Amino acid sequence: MYGIRSALSSRATLPVLLFAGFLLSFAIPAYGLLDLYVQLIIIYIGINIILALSLNIVNGYMGEFSVGHAGFMSIGAYVSAVLTVKVFPYDQAFLFFPAAIIAGGIAAAVLGLVVAIPSFKTRGDYLAIVTLAFSMIIKSVFDNIDYVGGARGFTGMDRLTTLPMTYFWTVLSIWVMRNFIYSKFGRGMLAIREEEIAAEMMTVDTRRVKALAFVISSFFAGIAGALLAHMLQFINPRMFDIIKSTDILIMVYLGGIGSITGSIIGATLFTVLIEVLRPLEMWRMVLMPLLLVVLMIYRPLGIMGLRELKLFIPGHDGACLRDKPDKKGIQDAS
Amino acid sequence: MTYSIQQILNALQLGSIYALIALGYTMVYGVLRMINFAHGDFFMVGAYFCLISVTVFGLSFIPTLLIAMTGVALLGVLTERIAYKPLRRAPRVSAIITALGVGIFLENFTLALSPYPKHVPSIIETVNWNLGGVTVSNLQVIIIVLSLLLMAFLHYIVQHTRTGIAMRAISCDIGTAPLMGVPVNFVISVTFALGSCLGGAAGMLYSMAYPVIDPYMGIMVGWKAFIAAVVGGIGNIRGAVLGGFILGGTEILVAAFMPSTYRDVVAFSILLILLIFRPYGILGKPRAGKV
Repeated sequence: MYGIRSALSSRATLPVLLFAGFLLSFAIPAYGLLDLYVQLIIIYIGINIILALSLNIVNGYMGEFSVGHAGFMSIGAYVSAVLTVKVFPYDQAFLFFPAAIIAGGIAAAVLGLVVAIPSFKTRGDYLAIVTLAFSMIIKSVFDNIDYVGGARGFTGMDRLTTLPMTYFWTVLSIWVMRNFIYSKFGRGMLAIREEEIAAEMMTVDTRRVKALAFVISSFFAGIAGALLAHMLQFINPRMFDIIKSTDILIMVYLGGIGSITGSIIGATLFTVLIEVLRPLEMWRMVLMPLLLVVLMIYRPLGIMGLRELKLFIPGHDGACLRDKPDKKGIQDAS
Repeated sequence: MTYSIQQILNALQLGSIYALIALGYTMVYGVLRMINFAHGDFFMVGAYFCLISVTVFGLSFIPTLLIAMTGVALLGVLTERIAYKPLRRAPRVSAIITALGVGIFLENFTLALSPYPKHVPSIIETVNWNLGGVTVSNLQVIIIVLSLLLMAFLHYIVQHTRTGIAMRAISCDIGTAPLMGVPVNFVISVTFALGSCLGGAAGMLYSMAYPVIDPYMGIMVGWKAFIAAVVGGIGNIRGAVLGGFILGGTEILVAAFMPSTYRDVVAFSILLILLIFRPYGILGKPRAGKV
């Protein structure tokens, strides 16, 4: 047991494991190690992890209640899809795909900045409304743009979201967001969640922290949207409605707020459960929310709420986060 | 002139339905400081109760209304007892997520039982009156008058009865109220019953005005009513009514002058702009932050 633990905590182990995973993600489709259905689910899990973690930044770490995450996702999906289909040379789409993904992320991030501006003045339920209204507006706008097919949807993308591609972007997203969470700004977010006024007195530049949190959160939502668009090869505005936003919320709160591990577990569990329960047909969608309600009653903070696997904590000892923030802070902030 | 009066009537009809639902959100929020996201689905269940009562039992208007209201009120009280009560001391987001879960459960449960959209047969024979070029249907009159009556009834309960005083006491300070002998659990149950029965009534009125119902109808209408409650100032009863009528009015106004696909964009943009100038809603008061 001790041997495993010390091996895991060595500095070289993690990059080696990640690289092995990357090679595996090439090998699985090349040699058909898993059947296509399982591969598809793994891609879904990767996309959902990016989504859940990016929403966790705003909802879990900063203590806001954003309910329009699917809106940012749709921007990323549409921008990247238009780029690969209509702008970039079609036969070399594979080469330009990363650029399209990043462009989708940036477009979503710009909108995230717009949403961040009302958050300077309002919090809580009123900010929830702002995010909700924004996502509805975005959906309606896509419904009305004929260039991208309006309500009929947009198609013509190649299947560019492969397993290695998803793996690479998922790991990269987790890495960047984890570094953001443990940066100066990440600490600022925690301070805002616990008590905004006190944070401001302690020289946290609340406006800048909020803007940055929204920008990063929406950037990665856009990236997830771009990946999804090139996996399904078809998008329409209805895919990104409130129901999608609710799904992401459930993943975050199922796994636990303020926890990278939680978001990974939540997204994986949600995606796998939906597939495993498929034999129940219609009743699986009845069972899923029931499970969520029962979980919330017995574990109100989710599976990993405010706790973290040591792997994600810098320095591996977690001394800086050993004092758990008290629950009251979260209660007031949201 | 007649056209605009016609549109005002439409706005009143839609607005009163939004206002009834928004009242449910605001009542629960005022007492528990919790957003009951399942409320839109209570509204949907109300419409289905109405459908069952009309098609299966063949009841007339008043019994159907009573069934929809009491049925949904019971549903609200049960939901509170089973799902929300254990979370009263938990972080607020947990209660909100539970409410979302309850809402999704209700949607999919209804979907599993009746997968296709249903048509609600008309309970009352529609009569159109022509008043100087303006067409008024008895349905419109019933919806508007009944909504106003229910709102007046709610106002009476909250302002002039002992339970209403207890509600306001809990809203003021949920920690001190039980020390003054206020039966908190009972009053919260009454609040849920009242809020939900208004939602049930709204569901029935909605299914009379727009007779095709499906299990997901509560989502959009529910969220819109929630927006109405926030615009009016959540937790404020008069604010919810005002917000409902403002939202209904904007939607009809936009639909009258622009293609209907733009309705949501413009309506929501107006509400956003309103929130920028009044961040706590029209009648809401900002709560001072304390450290």
